[in-house]
Amino acid sequence: MRYVMNFRGIIENIKGRASLSKTLVRAEGESDEEFVYREYKVARRSKLLFIFFFVLLFFILVGYKITLGEYDISFGDVYATIWKHITGTLDPSSAKEMMDDNVVWQQRMPRVLTAILVGIGLAAAGSAMQSMMKNPLADPYTTGISSGALFGATLAMTVGLYIVGGYYGRVLNAFIFALVPAIFIVMLSRWKKPSPAMMILVGIAIMYIFNAFQSYMMLRADPNSASAVFTWSVGSIGMTTWDQLPIIAVISIMGFAALFLMTRTLNALNSGDAYAKSLGINVDRVRIICLILISVVAAGIVSFTGIIGFIGLVSPHIARIFVGSDNRILLPSSALLGACMMLICDIVGFLIIGATLQIGIVTAMIGGPIFMIILIAQQKEVW
Amino acid sequence: MVTEIRASNLGVCYGDIRIWKDINLEITEPGLVGILGPNGVGKSTFMYTLNKILEPTEGDVTIGGKNVKELDYKDLAKIMAYVPQQSNETFAMSVLDTVLMGRYPISGFTTAEEDVKVATRCLKMMGITDLAMRNFNELSAGQHQKVMIARGLAQEPQILMLDEPTANLDIYHQIYVMKLLRDIAKEKNIIVLVICHDLNVASRFADRLILLSRGKIVADGPSKDVITAENIKQVYNMDSEVLMVDDRPYVIYHVDESIEMGQDTRYVNATEFQKKEHK
Repeated sequence: MRYVMNFRGIIENIKGRASLSKTLVRAEGESDEEFVYREYKVARRSKLLFIFFFVLLFFILVGYKITLGEYDISFGDVYATIWKHITGTLDPSSAKEMMDDNVVWQQRMPRVLTAILVGIGLAAAGSAMQSMMKNPLADPYTTGISSGALFGATLAMTVGLYIVGGYYGRVLNAFIFALVPAIFIVMLSRWKKPSPAMMILVGIAIMYIFNAFQSYMMLRADPNSASAVFTWSVGSIGMTTWDQLPIIAVISIMGFAALFLMTRTLNALNSGDAYAKSLGINVDRVRIICLILISVVAAGIVSFTGIIGFIGLVSPHIARIFVGSDNRILLPSSALLGACMMLICDIVGFLIIGATLQIGIVTAMIGGPIFMIILIAQQKEVW
Repeated sequence: MVTEIRASNLGVCYGDIRIWKDINLEITEPGLVGILGPNGVGKSTFMYTLNKILEPTEGDVTIGGKNVKELDYKDLAKIMAYVPQQSNETFAMSVLDTVLMGRYPISGFTTAEEDVKVATRCLKMMGITDLAMRNFNELSAGQHQKVMIARGLAQEPQILMLDEPTANLDIYHQIYVMKLLRDIAKEKNIIVLVICHDLNVASRFADRLILLSRGKIVADGPSKDVITAENIKQVYNMDSEVLMVDDRPYVIYHVDESIEMGQDTRYVNATEFQKKEHK
């Protein structure tokens, strides 16, 4: 408990130092308007400072993560190699440089980039989902996306039902079935206005249906495919290659950008539907658009990596403690934090067991306790 | 020029329950207009139909000569601001950010200096400039109400609608807010619609009062025509004496200790009315 209290103390201390608003003194002859504007600017600057801190942490984590593995490479060499690769200044005659480049770029970078993109996508979707649903428990999977994806993947891996063959058969199956709840809600919205509660309940109902069918298929499947399904379901980032990365990147980055453009509207939704309408927002339409965006991002990610929990739920809450609830700052902050958390989990997993540990297990193992500490330690009512 | 409100043959049902029917109303003069009536009579519903939060079951509303049905939410937001009865924030922002929300229909993606200054002026009007950087959730119900009124003012609307803006305020601030709203209406030449339960506060400050009961408008006009002992008896089933103070009616209620639940007129006549008016 003492550590919990300390954690709170540390956060309050950092916040107190970064936000100078408490010590802000009104200058002589300064009007209310000028003083409040100055306070506003200081508060905004302190939030940007946190983002800057997260960016710094991000680059440190990326560098450190790439140093981990059988082949020894220093932190400095990692960034030197990345720089040389990007600028095309690698020396082909230097065996070490070429070896470094191979390890950094071909062997370790896909995993790191996947971690980053998954973190960005899931955390951005999570923070949008929480604001849209006005629910601190919402995460990108709330509407039954994960169970849909699992059902789709199981269908491909055990029964052999898929639209295209090979690796992408599973991915496409997972993607399509992950979107089923969203599609259902969109169709339903034609004659019934979709409230957040309805969206969640429809998701839960579809989840049960999918889970039942999935369990049945697992019972009937041969042990090998059942085991493969199980491994997939835990969520891993080690299997992506440079070929698949552009697809994940497009889904994650475009999804993030689109959600970012909606952040001001999400702020208004937070004050209730009636008030949001009075601000000129077509609440029902916005909610549907948001749901589709979130579903596509989460489904896209899940279909490649399997179910990686807690990132989408926890990142927005941690970010909210530091930067507040204005989605214009919260969404990018939690995306950045999501990427950092993915990297941290991957690093921790590697340090404990080695590269083979599924990241989905680590995110839940670390994310769960962190979430609990935050809940107990938080002083102000942030949500 | 005043942005006029006209409602013709307006009717609203929630499912099978009819709230009111055939409401015909014109508000063409600037000023503070008070809407009165017992609980559940549909005062908030009436506001909802004006700015399309709720689509009426029948009839039309025109704002500034344009039918609300043909207006976009965006267009309406530039004309009308709405201050809800209760705050409904899940993830609260700072008070200043909350008030800045009112600038949504007017400002761009980023917050400009001008927006902050307008918001500050509104905070100042409500006497809560010192709360600007506090978290909205840390405040009391009365302070929430002040912030929400400031947020409505920040929208700089041509029609301002407030749903029980004084419900959580002490008597000093009730009077202050009503006076402020009346003065804003006069100064900016706009219509300010207020739902109010305190007949005396409404009577003292409103330029016009509209009394709703049992699905229709019982009385409409200056306070001396609306706040009468007969109307109060008919609408609230309360005996009272109405004095004139500063040329405005002032109600003294005769409190009957034998008062019981279900004896007000709404309950006595509701089922009969709703049965008759079933959709």
